Amino acid sequence: EKMFTLKPGRLPQADVKNIIFFVRPKLELMDIITDNVLREDRGRSPQRDFHILFVPRRSLLCEQWLKEQGVLGSFIHREQYSLDLIPFDGDLLSMESESAFKECYLESDQTSLYHAAKGLMTLQALYGTIPQIFGKGECARHVANMMIRMKREFPGSQNSIFPVFDTLLLLDRNVDLLTPLATQLTYEGLIDEIYGIQNTYVKLPPEKFAPKKQGEGGKDLPTEPKKLQLNSAEELYAEIRDKNFNAVGSVLSKKAKIISAAFEERHHAKTVGEIKQFVSQLPHMQAARSSLANHTSIAELIKDITSEYSLNSLTNLNITRCETTWWTSFSLAKIASEDFFDNLTVEQEFMSGIDTDKVNNYIEDCIAQKHPLIKILRLVCLQSVCNSGLKQKVLDHYKREILQTYGYEHILTLNNLEKAGLLKPQTSGRNNYPTIRKTLRLWMDDVNEQNPNDISYVYSGYAPLSVRLAQLLARPGWRSIEEVLKMLPGPHFEERQQLPTGLQKKRQHGENRVTLVFFLGGVTYAEIAALRFLSQMEDGGTEYVIATTKLINGTSWIKSLMEKLEPAPF
Amino acid sequence: LFLRDIVDDDDDDDLERVSWSGEPVGSISWSIKETASSSTSSLEGRDSGLQKGSSSYAALPKQVSSYSLSSLFKGELCLSLSALSDTGVKNYAPELRRPKAEYKDYSSDWSPKDTVRRMQRGKVCSLERFRSLQDKLVLLDEAVAGHDGNVITAVLIFLKRTLRREILFRELEVRQVALCHLIHFLKEAGEQKLLLDLLRFLDRTEEVALSQYREHLNIQDVEKRREFLKGCIGLPFSAEDTSHIQDHYTLLERQIIIEANDRHLETAGQSEVFRKYPRKASILNMPLVTTLFYSCFYHYTEAEGTFSSPTNLKKTFKIPDKQYVLTALAARAKLRAWDDVDALFTTKNWLGYTKKKAPIGFHRVVEILQRNNAPVQVLQEYVRLVEDVETRLNLATKYKCHDVVIETYKDLKDRIQLTAYKCKVERGSAEEEKINSILNNMQIRWKN
Repeated sequence: EKMFTLKPGRLPQADVKNIIFFVRPKLELMDIITDNVLREDRGRSPQRDFHILFVPRRSLLCEQWLKEQGVLGSFIHREQYSLDLIPFDGDLLSMESESAFKECYLESDQTSLYHAAKGLMTLQALYGTIPQIFGKGECARHVANMMIRMKREFPGSQNSIFPVFDTLLLLDRNVDLLTPLATQLTYEGLIDEIYGIQNTYVKLPPEKFAPKKQGEGGKDLPTEPKKLQLNSAEELYAEIRDKNFNAVGSVLSKKAKIISAAFEERHHAKTVGEIKQFVSQLPHMQAARSSLANHTSIAELIKDITSEYSLNSLTNLNITRCETTWWTSFSLAKIASEDFFDNLTVEQEFMSGIDTDKVNNYIEDCIAQKHPLIKILRLVCLQSVCNSGLKQKVLDHYKREILQTYGYEHILTLNNLEKAGLLKPQTSGRNNYPTIRKTLRLWMDDVNEQNPNDISYVYSGYAPLSVRLAQLLARPGWRSIEEVLKMLPGPHFEERQQLPTGLQKKRQHGENRVTLVFFLGGVTYAEIAALRFLSQMEDGGTEYVIATTKLINGTSWIKSLMEKLEPAPF
Repeated sequence: LFLRDIVDDDDDDDLERVSWSGEPVGSISWSIKETASSSTSSLEGRDSGLQKGSSSYAALPKQVSSYSLSSLFKGELCLSLSALSDTGVKNYAPELRRPKAEYKDYSSDWSPKDTVRRMQRGKVCSLERFRSLQDKLVLLDEAVAGHDGNVITAVLIFLKRTLRREILFRELEVRQVALCHLIHFLKEAGEQKLLLDLLRFLDRTEEVALSQYREHLNIQDVEKRREFLKGCIGLPFSAEDTSHIQDHYTLLERQIIIEANDRHLETAGQSEVFRKYPRKASILNMPLVTTLFYSCFYHYTEAEGTFSSPTNLKKTFKIPDKQYVLTALAARAKLRAWDDVDALFTTKNWLGYTKKKAPIGFHRVVEILQRNNAPVQVLQEYVRLVEDVETRLNLATKYKCHDVVIETYKDLKDRIQLTAYKCKVERGSAEEEKINSILNNMQIRWKN
């Protein structure tokens, strides 16, 4: 009857006979459930029955835990609800498994890969067997093996559906550790970086969304954050979400003009018919106007934090300072936007290969000023990845400064980062990154943010490595980058799955192939934007659908690798 | 008792659920009915033909197969891949609906392979019949080959219970996947002792060390934690990490002493600095740099011999000059102790002359001083020391350090700027006079 969020303490009052816990099989959640069950008033009448539904699968560990807490018997039904891949948008599926990366790469626990394979089998049952599977990475290899084995074990699962997908591309996250560390610069990417998008919802500071009512002196400012849903059902959002943030402003102002003009039409409507037509359009126009208002506010919020960061203004800034007359003051204080700019500058230096082998001054300054630890970790990991590992002296220096400033207990996190390959010493003595960067053209100097012609616009110069691999697979194929592929971790492979005769379809001339790209370990909105860019390219030849274990950004990703430092509540 | 009898058919309007195409998702029983009815329709193989260029992929067809994507979302096709082997006639109820009896395993002669298969489908299986080591190992290998983490864990729990530890460890050493699963399980379940034994057996010494060190987070009592950390020092960490653990112990040891002393000082009420700036929190378990700041704040003048003196901290933990100066500066600036700040940067050379230098740029010093509202006279001293001329001018102008501006323009021989600056100083002030006298100085060879 009602749905409540799981919280410790007593269960809320509700006049129902049955209570169903609908949870992921995580031990922390089991503790909360135990608390709920134990606090239930046994004397109340009517008594309530408990049931538990695990998503996507039951977990022996969890049931064992409940047994040890003495509450397992309280559940009349213990079942599972096989929800593997959740649709987030028309071209996006996610398992929303936060711990997948940590489990696969740190703990060698491949359960989430098993779920991924299951999800893919379900997709194939619905959309037809995928004839071609490409992959790069250890986990990719496992998933492909599991898919093939699962197909073998259920021989009757051949169906007579024309395949919707031509190709499946499985990619390990650790083939491209760089991309999630960099700050995303698309509209949606920046919203996620700054505010965090949860299940297509974002919570924003409410000040800019307060409705301007006449007569109110602004005293009743809302205190609750403004919650907005973001998906492609909203026309305007679909148009701007994947654009570089610098290109959003002009779209918004154009839209404003169109909407104003549309509302002006009411003055021109003369006949009853025309008025009727105007009125029928009104809801749509009002929706468009409210959508525009929301996104204008969001864009302002982002702008306040990032300010005009165009790359070209790097040199302009110096000139301006010299020429400014002395009675125009400009600030040298570290305001948020300048720090964003400095941070971005350092990121871009690393990604273009500059000074990745020395201790970086900006990072040191940030540590000295005790900026948030995750920000520091993102930067040092970025430097390490762009240098194929840091020189021992540099690594030790950073580690010492971090431990002295943030606490020695962070040794555990640093150890995790090393295990994941993000922050490690340079073992082979040689740096492969420049070769990879040059061969795959990861750094593009002449990026056009307004009218991009290449995927590098999503990071204003850096083309996501993962998406480049997808791009090159489609055309001209991975044979052309054999050498570089060998420098990236894990095997690369190709598998073919038999289609029953008659289903092998030949694409018409001009018809696009459809490739499903599955990121094992997480994907960022910027990468999604880049793949959508490729999909809509003229003569691109391929359209992409994206699947992943989790939608991530650099912050949430690093956070999932940090040791939980608060002691357990029990 | 079927779940669908519990869930009410119609009363789902309050729930907000998202489905693939935006349609409201019905209750579980509704979905069961839907599957039952749609499964009888024949499977048509229609070409999907995706629309090119549509920004949203809402065009992905639902009608291609007899299963709609909304049913995917409802979790219909659970584990019942076996259902696909039948033709479209059968009623594909989700696993939820199977009678409980089906879950129980009454037969006693399932092979290891089949047992694993059944476990993968969520059926409860008794593993007790696998008595011999041989059987158990075959079962484990089958579980691993099946890739299902849940099943692997289940088998491992069984083996953990029924095998001697040495044998279990020995067998797992050559089974990497199972080994990783067990380690993960032991970590999750908090079975620290067994975990450490296992890691030691595998000679994964660094992991043993880190795993043990991690436990300190669960110790709330400070003394006990100190003892524990002391015990960690001898563990087989890497060389670098060993020194960090050593530092951690030493730091906590010092903090305990400082905390005890300072609490005493505070309650005694004799010390001025403690009276004026009562402590907001204890220093226990704070990072090193925070401790240094605290020490520079409350114990700045103490000789090196005491545990709470900043110089002692610097020496013991080999804190680099840069970090030390920055921290001391921040603390003294906060206390508005400008003389102390001065002393920080003053060094006497062998001739007895003093000169100012800093391991950090002076613009940083200015920044920190300004943030603490240092008076202009103090600020001015340090702005003057900023090396980069442009930065110096910017800062001086911003913070109204007129003398510095004037001197700099004089050095730059920039008459135009100096003249322009006149409007920034007060009429009739000493600064204005200064500007005028410089402008009238015939000996200066102005560049403009």
